Amino acid sequence: MASEALGWWGIPLAIIAGTLRGSAPFLFVSLGECLTEKSGKINLGLEGTLLMGAMSAYAVSYLTGSPWLGVIVAGVAGMFLGCIHGWLSQQPRVNDVAVGIAMIIFGSGLAFFLGKPFIQPSAPQLPVISLGAWSQMPQVQSALQISPLFLAGVAIAPLMQWFFRSSRWGLLVRAVGDSPDAARAMGISIFKVRMASIVAGSFLAGIGGASLSLFYPGSWSERISSGQGLMAVALVIFARWNPVQCLYASLLFGGAQAIGPALQSVGIDSYYYLFNASPYILTLIIMIVTCSPKRTLTGAPGALGQAQE
Amino acid sequence: MRNPTFQVTRRQAIRGLLATGAFGLSLKLGACSGSPSASGGGSPLVAGFIYVGPKDDYGYNQAHAEGRASLDGIEGLKTVEEASVPETNAVQETMRSMIDIDGASAIFATSFGYFDPHVLAMAKEFPEVQFFHCGGLYQEGVHPENVGSYFGYIDEAQYVAGIVAAHASSSKRLGFIAAKPIPQVLRNVNSFTLGARTVDPTITTQVIFTGDWADPVREAEAANSMADQGIDVLTCHVDSPKVVIETAERRGIFSSGYHANQAELAPKGYLTGAEWDWSNVYKNYIAQMQAGKTLMNGGIPHLVRGGFKEGFLKLSPYGPAVTAEAQQAADAAKTQLASGELVIYKGEIKDNIGKTVIAGGKELGQTAVELEQMNWLAEGVQGSVG
Repeated sequence: MASEALGWWGIPLAIIAGTLRGSAPFLFVSLGECLTEKSGKINLGLEGTLLMGAMSAYAVSYLTGSPWLGVIVAGVAGMFLGCIHGWLSQQPRVNDVAVGIAMIIFGSGLAFFLGKPFIQPSAPQLPVISLGAWSQMPQVQSALQISPLFLAGVAIAPLMQWFFRSSRWGLLVRAVGDSPDAARAMGISIFKVRMASIVAGSFLAGIGGASLSLFYPGSWSERISSGQGLMAVALVIFARWNPVQCLYASLLFGGAQAIGPALQSVGIDSYYYLFNASPYILTLIIMIVTCSPKRTLTGAPGALGQAQE
Repeated sequence: MRNPTFQVTRRQAIRGLLATGAFGLSLKLGACSGSPSASGGGSPLVAGFIYVGPKDDYGYNQAHAEGRASLDGIEGLKTVEEASVPETNAVQETMRSMIDIDGASAIFATSFGYFDPHVLAMAKEFPEVQFFHCGGLYQEGVHPENVGSYFGYIDEAQYVAGIVAAHASSSKRLGFIAAKPIPQVLRNVNSFTLGARTVDPTITTQVIFTGDWADPVREAEAANSMADQGIDVLTCHVDSPKVVIETAERRGIFSSGYHANQAELAPKGYLTGAEWDWSNVYKNYIAQMQAGKTLMNGGIPHLVRGGFKEGFLKLSPYGPAVTAEAQQAADAAKTQLASGELVIYKGEIKDNIGKTVIAGGKELGQTAVELEQMNWLAEGVQGSVG
């Protein structure tokens, strides 16, 4: 039992706890999208990939009893959707945004259809890493129960940064995304590089879905993502296509989700619709602040979203 | 080929084809399923059931789907159902195909938001079909006469659950995670609190509105925030209580269910739960219709309401943490509610800003219109409807 009330300290604690609990899906989807966009393609369909990942992770964890197998299958399911997007969006005169919207509908529809038998059962959850043993307070102990996937995501962000900056493969991805003509002149297959980037990005997004259904909130339902996949796509622009900044942005969004309920729990109960909407308002503000007709965004891959001839 | 009339007819043809295809597909893909006709001769009565979410969500829709399932095997009855129908024009299309293709003569629209404008529009279009809406929106004289409304006074069960919760709580602080501040929800919050305060008048209920009928992440955040604040019993009014109950169990606090039985999600902390029992309601409707009664000929009342007495509700079996004393108090309250001796909304009741909302000596029985328009939170509830 929680021994005593925290009072006002509950708000910062809830935001920190919310950040640690809830930012992993944002993190994985935004890292995946970052990789995809670096290669010059947009994949809006990651919302559908997230749902598909959440469903398949939950289903596999329930059927086999192994949550880690669920995580892997979630990634593989993501790759499957990524293959479809990668192939479709690279056909001549095909718009990748339109394909992405179709993939949101396809991915979520497929997840809802296949996921029907798994709404009711309870699947084994991922193990928890407890970092709060030093504290006497059960609230702090609970807040510091961290998902292994979150730690993995935190490790992937700087790795991806290094990948883009210093590795040969990372340079290939950037070349294809910034200047496809130059890349083609170098003898690189644009199709293959973009395909690989989209598939790898979708793999990460699928794992983000596994974090939703196997850690927090830890259940499969059709409303599990509540638009987190789309928000994560917007977040990549905010993070200027920089993986480490994706990490910071994801933490911010994860924390924003906790504001509304945390404020109500200490008795600030006016404007709760406004506070509940804070992640969405944050997305809008970011879009307004970062989009200016007078200048192009720094860091944007040169060929991002341009049609292929 | 540029003939504009041809364009229009082609579009209509495509629309028709798509609609049929989509319906056939949804029929195949499992959201919609028909149970085989039970009667040999004559045309059976066909009743369509529409749910806003999945049929096994441990919540509102599961309760209705269990009610529907209780009709299986009734002679001369065929039921069709469709789950996860949003409260948009989609529900009108679902109703239309149930009527046109399956031949449904009775539609049970189980979600609150189906009523206006969807059920009303369909009721005008198909005056011979009976529409039963679950929720308290029907108004005599205003709405078409082939529309009926049914709902249960589940706040009676929440009142009893409040008594059980009060016995279990050691911090004397209870938590209520609610979707939206509409009258039915507020009534549950108030009844739960009033029930708890019969045990100990110092008990308070913290309410958190998530703003949505289903938002698992925010429900989990709300449950965690409340646990951090020392609240040790959680209940909720959202479409699927699964996440709330599971989070409460993980945090080691007690939980009280809603809509359906969630005991297996929280073997340690589950106290009891306010459950619907729609089987009686649906069986009764079907029996009346098979006897030739309709809403239009006055045989079936337009408003059907009930509580413990009418068999609309049940309580989940008590969990291991419920003491004998608590069980006794809860059972006594349940018996008194069923017999009508106990009136929950009996003056004087103040709201949580100190205003008297029900004057001393005044009793509002369950049928009172004032209760269906509730817009206040009772003394002891921490939160606001604004």
